[in-house]
Amino acid sequence: MMRFLPHPLLTPILAAVWLLLNNSLAPGHILLGLLLGWAIPWFTLRFWPERVRIHRPMKLLRFVAVVLYDIVVANLVVARRILGRPERLRPAFVSVPLSLETDLAISLLANTICLTPGTVSARLAPDRKCLLVHGLHVPDAEALVAGIKARYEAPLKEVFEAC
Amino acid sequence: MLEVVLSFLILTGAVFTFIGSLGLARLRDFYTRLHGPTKATTLGVGSLLIASALFFGTRGEGVSLHEVLVTLFLFITAPVSAHLLAKAALHLGLRSLAPVPEEPAVPPDGNPEAHPGHKQH
Repeated sequence: MMRFLPHPLLTPILAAVWLLLNNSLAPGHILLGLLLGWAIPWFTLRFWPERVRIHRPMKLLRFVAVVLYDIVVANLVVARRILGRPERLRPAFVSVPLSLETDLAISLLANTICLTPGTVSARLAPDRKCLLVHGLHVPDAEALVAGIKARYEAPLKEVFEAC
Repeated sequence: MLEVVLSFLILTGAVFTFIGSLGLARLRDFYTRLHGPTKATTLGVGSLLIASALFFGTRGEGVSLHEVLVTLFLFITAPVSAHLLAKAALHLGLRSLAPVPEEPAVPPDGNPEAHPGHKQH
């Protein structure tokens, strides 16, 4: 099983993307999608060596919902700050200590940070122990770090690195 | 009725995209400017896409799902480009309103190939 399907999760995802691209549910496209979903993981195996495991799918859905909600809020907040007085902004670099360990979880966290309220992830320390984040307006650095850890990092850790 | 909803979505999208671009002109250093286009435009493009899905979905030619893919790819690529821009800016040492932290030391394994951004000069 493991040798035949190196990434069991990637196969249905790629097949679904193929069907969406073609906007069709014809049997031929389903077959072709499954074939691509089987073949592409083989070619990308060296790029993606670790096996992805999702421990709590419901938790992941909840996380996605939280992030989507935060994206909408982030847009409103950033729009208001842009239209407000830029002189009053207090941008800051904040270092977030990471407790995630797998590559996928860390990159998902960095992506989430980039998508949500006034923060952009800027640099991952070479030892992967902390992530440097730039905030557009940071009155309280500790609250920002605590927020990121509780709201995004904790669910990601549960989903991808269940202890 | 549908037209009112569509116009509202398209106008919202246009306004947010405009505000995002306006951020480029109004904000004062590279790092804060990064926030405008990466954030405000997500909602802008998002409402345009919802409008597009509604419009093509209600023309009687079946549901159009390409917009789902556009959203997916946008959410994957936008943060990556923002992250890379920020990283490049840090590496070049661009002027910043916020105090820039120290460049981390070369990793203990001393393998510069794994971290091309931190080669010793």
